[in-house]
Amino acid sequence: MSGSFVRLLAATALTLLAGTAFPGEIPQAERRSGYDFMSRETRAMQDDETANPGMLGVLEGGTLWARKTGAAGRACADCHGDARASMKGVAARYPAFDATSKRPVNLEQRINVCRTERQQAPALAYESRELLALTAFVARQSRGLPIDIAVDARVQPFLDNGRAAFYRRQGQLNLACSQCHDDNWGKRLAGNAIPQAHPTGYPVYRLEWQSLGSLQRRLRNCLVGIRAEPYEYGAPELVELELFLMWRARGMAIEAPGVRP
Amino acid sequence: MDRETTRRTFLQAAAAGLGLGAVITVTPAHATPEATQGAIRKVVGSSRVSKGRVKLELPPLSENGNTVPLTVSVESPMTPADHVRAIHVFTELNPQPDVVSFRFGPRAGLARVSTRIRLANTQTVTAIGELSDGSFWSASAAVVVTLAACLEDA
Amino acid sequence: MANALVNVPPRARRGEVIEIKTLISHPMETGYRRSQLGTPIPRDIVRLFVCTYNGTEVFRAELHPAIAANPFFVFSTVATESGTLAFQWTGDNGFSATESAAITVD
Repeated sequence: MSGSFVRLLAATALTLLAGTAFPGEIPQAERRSGYDFMSRETRAMQDDETANPGMLGVLEGGTLWARKTGAAGRACADCHGDARASMKGVAARYPAFDATSKRPVNLEQRINVCRTERQQAPALAYESRELLALTAFVARQSRGLPIDIAVDARVQPFLDNGRAAFYRRQGQLNLACSQCHDDNWGKRLAGNAIPQAHPTGYPVYRLEWQSLGSLQRRLRNCLVGIRAEPYEYGAPELVELELFLMWRARGMAIEAPGVRP
Repeated sequence: MDRETTRRTFLQAAAAGLGLGAVITVTPAHATPEATQGAIRKVVGSSRVSKGRVKLELPPLSENGNTVPLTVSVESPMTPADHVRAIHVFTELNPQPDVVSFRFGPRAGLARVSTRIRLANTQTVTAIGELSDGSFWSASAAVVVTLAACLEDA
Repeated sequence: MANALVNVPPRARRGEVIEIKTLISHPMETGYRRSQLGTPIPRDIVRLFVCTYNGTEVFRAELHPAIAANPFFVFSTVATESGTLAFQWTGDNGFSATESAAITVD
């Protein structure tokens, strides 16, 4: 083989390798919230409690918190008192392992466990106004606190499933979450910046939805975006992915209710 | 190709290019420049509209057309003798041209309002200020409107 | 009763120009959208927002569908006397909501 041919081969191989995205976690120091990728105006909308439409949900959640409901005739407040104290730090720890179902549950599911078992009231439907309001109210009590997901032997297999899902190519576009959110964050897609996908602001007021929505709703949007079948709300695959995303964002501050484009 | 078909084709091509494939419902009706002028005429009557005095603040690139922050103000002493009576906002390419009318009196202190509007496309927004002396002033601003990435099914 | 958030400074000096912020929960359905089945979703918007200061109107906004969901306004008024700032929103399908805030003017 001639020297120039070998050089051509080497150059081609290097180019191919350079084009390959090796999956890898974003270094802790480089992690940034979706907040940092937004325009000045949208950030101002999140920061100002009177301008933030998610706060309307928090307000409504506060009313629901105090309302007696269900066959037990109990309000959240009857057991949990002042949410500012009792719910402080809670959203930062979810999804968390639920001993009864022996798997992790997210905050919405945990609220429904309380409703069905303690209040003897029917579970609130996913993405219903009431469930979003209550979740927003509870999550608001953790604003500013660092995400802190406890991982033990019980949680580990579910976390591993979530991680595998994040790095797995799927859908008609054959894309893995990591390809956008680990490898191409900061670049633009359809006029908007690709964020790193840290769920620091949920439930979030997404300008696109013109309403509050859960992380699962956003994940389903992503799955539709890559032309993959979106899992049903509450599906274990979604909770495992939520668990992984929250763990991946550990130490970052909760911003709920966030505002996002 | 007329403007409406061009826009629809572009949006569908853009969506297909992104692999989104989801149908973006482009409403067939939208204001024409004539309709916008008509809406402005309804407010202004036969009076002249001069450029100036009105300051219209809009982001040049909006992250989402559903919620575009807008601030409009008119310099004025806001006294009973000399104040801003109203500010009217119009678009040229939304399905209808009227956006909002704000009405003030001297008790406002400042003729300055902020709100959030919807813009269906990249377009120009116009604000008309109506003063107590019956004069009309205008300002315009152009906004590029982008689509969100990764949408739900329509 | 709809949710609303208002921000009025609790205190002001006489003659001071104060800034008021209001946010009301409302979908502002434009009337131009269609459901999954293609049927048009009827218009349902807030049409009017009025602010009164001890009963006197000081600000008014006439809204059209191009005002974003959960209408938000920031506007000013001169702090003339202590009392109540009252806010009223009215709209399609008999929508009506009110909110108020007290102000002390020295």
